[in-house]
Amino acid sequence: MTVDSPPAPVQLDTPARPRRIPPAVLLIAPSIVFMALLLGWPVIQGVLQAFRGDEGFTLDYITRMVEDPYFWPAVRNTLLLIAVMIPLQFVFAITMALLLRSNPRLNKVHFFVWAIPLALSDLAAGLVWLSIFNDRGYLNSVLTSLGLDSIPWLAYDNPATLFLCVLVAEVWRSTSLVLVIVVSGLQGIPKDYDEAAQVFGATFWQRLRHVTLPLLKPSLQVALILRTILAFQTFAVAQALTGQNFPLVVGETYRWYTALQNPNVAAALALVILVASMLISVFYLRALRDKGQEGTR
Amino acid sequence: MADITISHLVKTYPGGTERATDDVSLDIADGDFTVLLGPSGCGKTTLLRMLAGLELPDSGSIAVGGKDVTYLPPNKRNMSMVFQSYAVFPHRKVRYNIGFGLSMAKKPKEEIDRKVAWAADLLQLGPYLDRLPAQLSGGQRQRVAVARAIVMDADVLLMDEPLSNLDALLRLNFRSELKKIVKDLKTTTVYVTHDQSEALSLGDRVAVMRKGQIAQLGDPLDVYDAPADRFVGGFIGSPPMNFIKAAVSGDGGALIVGDQRLRAPSLLQSYSSTDVLLGVRAENVAVDTQRSSGDVPGTVLVVEPMGSSILLTVEVEGQTIKVQAPPTFRTSPGATIWLTFSPNSMRFYDSETAMALVAR
Ligand SMILES: Nc1ncnc2c1ncn2[C@@H]1O[C@H](COP(=O)(O)OP(=O)(O)O)[C@@H](O)[C@H]1O
Ligand SMILES: [Mg+2]
Repeated sequence: MTVDSPPAPVQLDTPARPRRIPPAVLLIAPSIVFMALLLGWPVIQGVLQAFRGDEGFTLDYITRMVEDPYFWPAVRNTLLLIAVMIPLQFVFAITMALLLRSNPRLNKVHFFVWAIPLALSDLAAGLVWLSIFNDRGYLNSVLTSLGLDSIPWLAYDNPATLFLCVLVAEVWRSTSLVLVIVVSGLQGIPKDYDEAAQVFGATFWQRLRHVTLPLLKPSLQVALILRTILAFQTFAVAQALTGQNFPLVVGETYRWYTALQNPNVAAALALVILVASMLISVFYLRALRDKGQEGTR
Repeated sequence: MADITISHLVKTYPGGTERATDDVSLDIADGDFTVLLGPSGCGKTTLLRMLAGLELPDSGSIAVGGKDVTYLPPNKRNMSMVFQSYAVFPHRKVRYNIGFGLSMAKKPKEEIDRKVAWAADLLQLGPYLDRLPAQLSGGQRQRVAVARAIVMDADVLLMDEPLSNLDALLRLNFRSELKKIVKDLKTTTVYVTHDQSEALSLGDRVAVMRKGQIAQLGDPLDVYDAPADRFVGGFIGSPPMNFIKAAVSGDGGALIVGDQRLRAPSLLQSYSSTDVLLGVRAENVAVDTQRSSGDVPGTVLVVEPMGSSILLTVEVEGQTIKVQAPPTFRTSPGATIWLTFSPNSMRFYDSETAMALVAR
């Protein structure tokens, strides 16, 4: 050591900052615990149930599910329903929301009436539509009173009308969810943008395409994800209207669990829906990502 | 380019009790820059929106270039507009925003590109063409809104308080740029503002509005110099015009302010023995510390140096007025000074109706 080496820097005797759990974590901890107990645990149980046989891991239940004669029709029906219903619902909801925005008289009343199905249980909705579509239902009464033949809308050998009935009832029941989301989204868009587009010569369709829909994208994305996931779970309405004549995936889950008393295959079916829902969400989030606005929010 | 004829426009908003515009008539010549000036809530925006077709009048008509457009939808009017809130589309790049009107009209791509480049150059937006509005400052967004409006070859250019969201310095700079741009465009322009200095500096003509009506229409100097009524005089100018209670003597030859007698201009001959309001601008009152002939004494209340001048608040015969003195003038509160009103700059108003007096 040399004599004139610079003095060592003085070690300030600051006590180490106590390691504390950030308050944010503490605040959300109860809900995390709740979620874990009420959602996470059953999900894990369900997944395990689909694969756990008497002697360990097994694919037996998956095989049984796939080989069941109702499985592929159920998948096909579910996908068909989604493919037809979702676009229809969005067209209806956006049209209704635009009508509401144009500020008709009794604006609030219209919105309230259109949102009523939101408050109805889906089984109740199914029963209401059953009273309309069944052989001696309201629809056929109207047809006969007009001198026309009544039509067996819900006959098992008439898949087209079966599909139509489920479609109509589901659209009626669940479009209001999309409507509510789209209306709230529209309300968040200042009127100026639409007015500016008008002044600069845009027609109604041009405004819809270049201004309103792009600005509405975040709301549409939320509505699309929600509605598609819920559409995978369509069950009660179809069950009430068609029983087993128009099988859907969730209906099959129910049948395996109750009628066939096989919770393992039911769990496998539930897993199919879970995976499909997750895939579709990821797909929407990617497909609708706003490329222009990345990094600006 | 086109002339505008507005006649007897009346608009009451649903649920409103007062008329937002009350029987407004206004002729605007082709290529003119007309400013609608008035305090907040006087109906300027309403009038502009009716011109654009965003609001429909209860009665009256609007003709542009000789064609009645009163009930024509906005997209058929061939107008362009700068919105007070900018209304620059947030989801699209600056380039698209500027070319929006042209692409809606399905103009060829080269033409759109050329015009966007031209406008961007004019408004110094070149470096920002590929940005989103969220990545721009307020002043730049403002420029985008103006650029979007000027590429349009519109018959009429409408602007609603386009400078109101800018800070003072930026506003001053952009004001003169805007004046030059619009002058070169030669498009008929209607410009709304509540800022009197903006109105005076920009307009070929200024329409001063009050409670839905046009109080005075004229070129800026006229409106400043000879306000048609007390409201206009009080609204335009900083400080506003002084109004002093006075009376005309029995023979019509003298103007009596308190105990002081001033020589009355010939206009007042026919108003003998009536109470009038004397209107005079702060810069048209000469001040002196010495008495000379015909002067009025006043007591200084407040002294405010403004840099290029000194603003004095003076009490004259029990009435308070503002006077602009040269920067070299030295005085202090409580001092007595002598004021001279130059005869040519005195304006007279009816003491009851507050309307300008005319020779009769
Ligand atoms: N959308 C509206 N609904 C009801 N009243 C309105 C509406 N817009 C403006 N008004 C009223 O009309 C009058 C004129 O408003 P406006 O034209 O916006 O004034 P300015 O632009 O001169 O400030 C005001 O009294 C205002 O309250
Ligand atoms: Mg306004």
